[in-house]
Amino acid sequence: MSTTQVRSASAERLDALAAGPDARAALIGYLPVGFPSVPGSVRAVRAMVEAGVDVVELGMPYTDPVMDGPLIQRAVDAALAGGTRVRDTLVAVEQVADAGAPVLVMTYWNLVLRYGVDAYARDLAAAGGAGLITPDLIPDEAADWMAAADAHGLDRVFLVAPSSRPERLASTAAASRGFVYAASTMGVTGERATVGERAQQLVADTRAAGASRVCVGLGVSRPEQAAQVASYADGVIVGSAFVRPLLDAPDETSGLDALQSVVAGLAAGVRSAARSPR
Amino acid sequence: MRDVLRSGGTLGAHEGPYFGEFGGRFVPEALVAALDELDTEYHKALADPTFADELERLHRTYTGRPNPITEVPRFAAHVGDGVRVFLKREDLNHTGSHKINNVLGQALLVKRMGKKRVIAETGAGQHGVATATACALMDLDCTIYMGEEDTQRQALNVARMRLLGAEVVPVAIGSRTLKDAINEALRDWVANVDTTHYLLGTVTGPHPFPEMVRDFHKVIGDEARAQLLEETGHLPDAVVACVGGGSNAMGVFNAFLDDPDVRLFGFEAGGEGVESGRHSARFSGGVPGVLHGARSYLLQDEDGQTLPSHSVSAGLDYPSVGPEHAWLHDIGRATYRPVTDVEAMQAFELLCRTEGIIPAIESAHALAGAIQIGAEARTWAADGRDAVVLVNLSGRGDKDVATAAAWFGLIEDEPVLKADEGEQL
Repeated sequence: MSTTQVRSASAERLDALAAGPDARAALIGYLPVGFPSVPGSVRAVRAMVEAGVDVVELGMPYTDPVMDGPLIQRAVDAALAGGTRVRDTLVAVEQVADAGAPVLVMTYWNLVLRYGVDAYARDLAAAGGAGLITPDLIPDEAADWMAAADAHGLDRVFLVAPSSRPERLASTAAASRGFVYAASTMGVTGERATVGERAQQLVADTRAAGASRVCVGLGVSRPEQAAQVASYADGVIVGSAFVRPLLDAPDETSGLDALQSVVAGLAAGVRSAARSPR
Repeated sequence: MRDVLRSGGTLGAHEGPYFGEFGGRFVPEALVAALDELDTEYHKALADPTFADELERLHRTYTGRPNPITEVPRFAAHVGDGVRVFLKREDLNHTGSHKINNVLGQALLVKRMGKKRVIAETGAGQHGVATATACALMDLDCTIYMGEEDTQRQALNVARMRLLGAEVVPVAIGSRTLKDAINEALRDWVANVDTTHYLLGTVTGPHPFPEMVRDFHKVIGDEARAQLLEETGHLPDAVVACVGGGSNAMGVFNAFLDDPDVRLFGFEAGGEGVESGRHSARFSGGVPGVLHGARSYLLQDEDGQTLPSHSVSAGLDYPSVGPEHAWLHDIGRATYRPVTDVEAMQAFELLCRTEGIIPAIESAHALAGAIQIGAEARTWAADGRDAVVLVNLSGRGDKDVATAAAWFGLIEDEPVLKADEGEQL
């Protein structure tokens, strides 16, 4: 547990939505930097926020994304082939930071290690980023990042999974700031017909282990799934379903239109949820 | 044999998860419970004499252990005057390489854990064939991930694995080679971890794999140490091995780690030369970083993106290396040097011609390494005796005949691999 008092941009947004007139969960949208291009991804993120995303998860393209399914890997491979650099992610953060949603960067750990953990935290904070989501970094290996996040006032979003035992839920909840990312299912990112049934229990267990806010990701792609998850979680994380329209579109304009329509559908789903009290 | 799994002095008995600043567990949280279970089961098995007995029985009756050491004087003449060279004959194991040591150990653990399905990655196909073999023997479902490019380069090993009842999945994303096969195996494992064991093939990956896989290969060095003492009356002056992920090297090094007079040399794939950028020389051309769950030396660009590796030998063609090697490198206990494709193929041909042994191209890197250190080795002779170099011959070269035929221009056309035209590999 951090003793340093650090404001959390994503927690403030989640709390404001929960306390607001709709008393609703947040819609958290993922897109990778550099797909279809760096400026194109900035436009896509802004379009996503405009259509109803509350918190942005900006992905740093990586050569070996073991927690991502084939759809996101296709987009990320294209971003790397297009020459996207780690530095571009910081530029993109800066360019979307004023869009109206806190921006978290999702990154595999080696990219931050190579940049320098403290240097990356410093530059991310300077760019207006809210923090990091780290799919292949567990708190046990995160001492440097915990210190850097405290020093630079950043959120650190760690993951829990249906396989996590109670003591790990507790240690992960204690290490996280902003929210805890609950993987709805044992698996990688991708659209699924149903959201894992273990997700609701995992959210309850993670809260019981001390987490103030728990958001659910992996497999959420349809409005009714978003509504279902929004009824028990603090946020609904959507990735592949937002990347697909950009991958499928013949050109950028139609891609952005299709993206906004998918976002609007999921945003409506989140807003329609009957919430159980936190 | 029971001692084999537990022996060792200060360095030799080092346990994970960290080897100095290397190793660790850089994995999704979803895998932590399975890694903990594996770690617990493994240490329970170590404490259970029936486990070591069963592994010893399998090695004696199935693997063909102990395999011999062979002195190779006609080859040694090319290393240098006053240098005796001995080969540890892992090439004589069932399935043709050291890989079977680890595979049988892990497969026994799978049975203890009550899991029914095994997945594995393979580059050249050696680990895939060994895994498919153990799964056939122990009645386990087996899925092997292999880069699409490697399935084409190693079509015969694909057929071998399928003959043994394994499902072979060509991986057509990313660079379509070993590292992408590992990515895909990790994705499968995250999704199926309740029923499935990931039988990792080398001393890389998250804890407890580097420590456990090393322990299953310790038998190489322990046998060789006793055999050399009997044959020569003293310890070798140097132990030489090739290093891809590094399992055969850790296996042969371990028994000598706490003998400071025994020099340890690991030879990695220098490909077309470290300066060419087309190589797998992590210690010469890489810097520390994280890939596939462990921190170690890594071929990466200035952003931390994994760089493609290259080697004429598929088994050494990997951008990272086992964390224990990274530690031994940094503390100066072992020396790591590159061997180019050309040097390795020269040594390959030399062993064939001088000793009647066709080595795996991986192992030919160790042979070329012995030649590299030949001039130095002459100076180690002392007390009126010759210097002794032990080379771990990690595998046999049957699988590499097509590559060698193309390299040396031995066949007019592309090698014919159709069964109805008499291919007998």
